Amino acid sequence: MQPLPRPSSLVAELTYQCPLHCPYCSNPLDIGAATYQSQLSTDDWARTFHQAHALGVLQLALTGGEPLLRKDIVELCAAAREASLYSSLITAGTLFTAERAEALKQAGLDHVQISIQSPEPAENDRIAGNRSFDKKLAAAALAKEFDFPLTLNCVLHRQNLDRIEQMLELTLELGAQRLELANTQYTGWAVPNQDALMPTWEQVQRGEAAVQRFRERVGPAVQVLWVLPDYYEELPKPCMGGWGQTTIVVAPNGDALPCQAASTIPGLEFGNVREQSLEWIWAESDAFTRFRGTDWMQEPCASCPIGHQEHDWGGCRCQAMRLTGDPAATDPVCQFSNHHDRVVSARDPAHQSDEFIYRHLKRPVHS
Amino acid sequence: MNRPRLMTGARLSFDSVRDEHVLLIPEGAVKLNPTAADVLGLCDGTRSLEQICTELSARYKGADVTDDVNGLLDALAQRGLVNDAATS
Repeated sequence: MQPLPRPSSLVAELTYQCPLHCPYCSNPLDIGAATYQSQLSTDDWARTFHQAHALGVLQLALTGGEPLLRKDIVELCAAAREASLYSSLITAGTLFTAERAEALKQAGLDHVQISIQSPEPAENDRIAGNRSFDKKLAAAALAKEFDFPLTLNCVLHRQNLDRIEQMLELTLELGAQRLELANTQYTGWAVPNQDALMPTWEQVQRGEAAVQRFRERVGPAVQVLWVLPDYYEELPKPCMGGWGQTTIVVAPNGDALPCQAASTIPGLEFGNVREQSLEWIWAESDAFTRFRGTDWMQEPCASCPIGHQEHDWGGCRCQAMRLTGDPAATDPVCQFSNHHDRVVSARDPAHQSDEFIYRHLKRPVHS
Repeated sequence: MNRPRLMTGARLSFDSVRDEHVLLIPEGAVKLNPTAADVLGLCDGTRSLEQICTELSARYKGADVTDDVNGLLDALAQRGLVNDAATS
């Protein structure tokens, strides 16, 4: 038995409501379902923050959907500070007004992260499915004015990867100190949109080279995080830092998940912060214990030829589920997986379309 | 480095669960040994490097801390965690 790890991060999905409709949203496809209608109260969240701190959590991501749609967002930030958590607001920026910014600062919000869908205004608005570019720039300026550390994030895919140099320049212009360039992960809404999002290898290589040049030119004043797309790797990433190793995700209805996409794994039983303590959920619940550690692993993970069991923890369970039908299989991104060909063939640009299925709360979408 | 200060948004904290000092930063945490925490506690952008060394030296029974402080602050500046209030 490995000792029980301590979580360092809590991802609080405050609501699935969002003014944007990004076609790669990490939220579940059934965000409009009845199960998500009943949202946690202010007290539920405050209690969860305190329990998280007692478990060892240091970082809190206030996200969604759009977290600024919660009417109690200022109270939630105050509760986070009271629980000694370092809080980040992960926002689309469209609702970040001067009044809001000031109240959030006073309540103790530590950090603001604003999404940019593309540095090209019209393209940003097309990808977001909402006219939002100008509001995002205004939000970034406000974050600076109120002396928040500012991160920009841009999810990368075939339709915006060629704008990466422009995105890096925009980061400098807006005075952000961090830029997250995350290539799309194929979970949530990115699954039905995979054909419209999958980049070419040449795009990825050009993007990486642009990031490298920027780092050399600008130095440590701006941190650029560059996350390679899984589909162009030969070894899997330690998804979420390992299942049940570092992170707890709490959905708007209180369900506690080891990752944002874990609800796509059939038969997993989730604890709920309305009914159980976070300590019990972390240590005992089916969802967190099922794939924790290495005992659950099958071949080739069970006798990993390169000894990466506790390095990548078998990769992504949701990806294994989606591509092999078995959530306990080796992540097919791994070159040693019998299903690695399914990843390789998805790189083939032959069957690609640029049409998006936009994220929405109504009609069900089947991937 | 003239007047070192923590990067915007960095916050010193004590992690009582793991019993260690940490520097909390946007979406991350840097573990600190007690001495490093002492140094960073003085990096407020108003004290000069010299003042910081003098204060620490007094705390540590007159030991010469200049090299250690410089080494630590250079390493943290390389990672963007500390910068110079005098140059911005």
